[in-house]
Amino acid sequence: MSLEDRLDDLEEAFEDYLEEDYPDCKWTRALGEMTLTVPREQLLPVMEILRSNSNLSFEQCIDVCGVDYAAYGHSEWNAENAPNTGFSRGAERELVTEFEAESRFAVVYHLLSLSHNVRLRVKVFLDADYPVVDSVTGIWTSANWFEREAFDLFGILFTGHPDLRRILTDYGFIGHPFRKDFPLVGQVEMRYDEDKGRVVYEPVTIEQRALVPRVVRHDYRYEEGCAVVKEEEQEQADG
Amino acid sequence: MAEIRNYTLNFGPQHPAAHGVLRLVLEMDGEVIERADPHVGLLHRGTEKLAEHKPFNHSIPYMDRLDYVSMMCNEHGYVGAIEKLLGIEVPERAQYIRVMFDEITRILNHLMWLGAHALDVGAMTVFLYAFREREDLMDCYEAVSGARMHAAYYRVGGVYRDLPDQMPRYTKDHLRREKDVKYRNRAREGSLLDFIEDFTERFPGYIDEYETLLTDNRIWKQRLVGIGVVTPERARQLGFTGPMIRGSGIAWDLRKKQPYAAYDKVDFDIPVGSNGDSYDRYLVRVEEMRQSNRIIKQCVDWLKNNSGPVMVGDPKVAPPPREKMKDDMEALIHHFKLFTEGYTVPEGEAYFAVEAPKGEFGCYIISDGANKPYRLKIRAPGFAHMAAMDEMTRGHMLADVVAVIGTMDVVFGEIDR
Repeated sequence: MSLEDRLDDLEEAFEDYLEEDYPDCKWTRALGEMTLTVPREQLLPVMEILRSNSNLSFEQCIDVCGVDYAAYGHSEWNAENAPNTGFSRGAERELVTEFEAESRFAVVYHLLSLSHNVRLRVKVFLDADYPVVDSVTGIWTSANWFEREAFDLFGILFTGHPDLRRILTDYGFIGHPFRKDFPLVGQVEMRYDEDKGRVVYEPVTIEQRALVPRVVRHDYRYEEGCAVVKEEEQEQADG
Repeated sequence: MAEIRNYTLNFGPQHPAAHGVLRLVLEMDGEVIERADPHVGLLHRGTEKLAEHKPFNHSIPYMDRLDYVSMMCNEHGYVGAIEKLLGIEVPERAQYIRVMFDEITRILNHLMWLGAHALDVGAMTVFLYAFREREDLMDCYEAVSGARMHAAYYRVGGVYRDLPDQMPRYTKDHLRREKDVKYRNRAREGSLLDFIEDFTERFPGYIDEYETLLTDNRIWKQRLVGIGVVTPERARQLGFTGPMIRGSGIAWDLRKKQPYAAYDKVDFDIPVGSNGDSYDRYLVRVEEMRQSNRIIKQCVDWLKNNSGPVMVGDPKVAPPPREKMKDDMEALIHHFKLFTEGYTVPEGEAYFAVEAPKGEFGCYIISDGANKPYRLKIRAPGFAHMAAMDEMTRGHMLADVVAVIGTMDVVFGEIDR
């Protein structure tokens, strides 16, 4: 059975077992992957169905991760004029201030069904002020650490999680480093202080610098009618 | 009667058996583990956040440094996800090269695991044997990429360059005599493929050597049999993948079930355990090395008989040939733009998983249409395995903790990211 067939079956199963009771769940298919978007209140019952219904039976929770959509489509620094004016490596960083507060965060679950050999991505959108969602640790044990990670890096809270502690960052770390408003260089730096005889934390002294020379969103070079591509095609035609 | 209380033992982060930087807080009743609380993150570098600030291509070398004993498999997971987003079909020869190097990587990883695991449990010799063979395989890495470990050989659209016709040789100098040089060069007269073929001829004999040392070894069995038993049901629940789930008797292998690259064109078997204990996982991994050897052989045959491009012709992702850059302005511009600005990837999201030696290694990339990823999430197999530490060690003795860490085959580069 090919991947497409398996996804067709999955879609049928959604129509049979989800659509009626949970009309707000939407699914899309792209690049050979299925994505199911679930409203946050319905997450637990829907996940329970995905896990236990024999036509779906997603036995494994492969991955849970947070996403911060605050800077989606934004560029961190304006470099549009850089080719004309010259480009400074220490470009001014623009902080993300405008974003859709209702759907700033998302929690993305990657589920795998061993019996049907199919994957599913489940997405739950959360708002900026109250990023709280039910924990799925009761359904899949593996979600435990993944949810701790999402809490640590994004500050997303999982209600019902047995042990929601930080996991990857340092003891006593402040902030959630993978949020888009957290600078790449961090907030504090650490050094050993000889006078005090211990490690001390201080505000960072280095400046955030541009690592991407220019964020390109529209690459005209490969569009139709562009000279470069035409030349390439001509060459290929000539052999 | 004196009051008996549990006590807490701190294990690591600097412990030779901690495989890097693992800190375990063990709550113990005498010598029996009541609760194990792994503190990870001591090697957290924020790879995912760093990748969000760079063009796509610039992050490939970061992938080598995640699971630093299975480098090319990590690259495969990353470039695979980008190729999925871009809709690129990789040339067949590049796919075979990728499969061959994925399997070389698997052997590299399993040798490292075997040596370290045996060393933890108390057998010194295997470690030395395993590193002898690792040296040959690292020479293969060096021959194609110039680096022994952190290769950055897989690129979006194929691989960096075709396999070299000449395997690098040792030369005589003030340290090596003529005789030594001749001995070391005995398999290096031909191309890289000849060298690898020679290795695949020799390797099954080497595996027999390891097995002679371990498989029926009384101490080895006493330390592994019945340690860290995971039932199939729990293995699914805990998100196990790779040898960890196969050791519990579930025949799940992405190379077979969801084939990528050229895995559907090569012939191999999936070894499966039956008891789900550390000893079964040992047997599974040893058999996997034999199967990898089989796959490498098939790839060598195919690569010797077929030629073709190893990179897509699309100038958007593939750099122009070096010769062309010498006298062609356009090619020079293309090269410069590609390596500074990169390429834009259409808006969307993709998850691509490969069967890395440790389990399922996946990359989830969200692109907002820019020339850098909006979000990159790395799904490391070791992370889920490490999370099961508490469950696997509970009720075991302190010395078994070391055996369980060994059997999980953890590397903190990928767990902490």
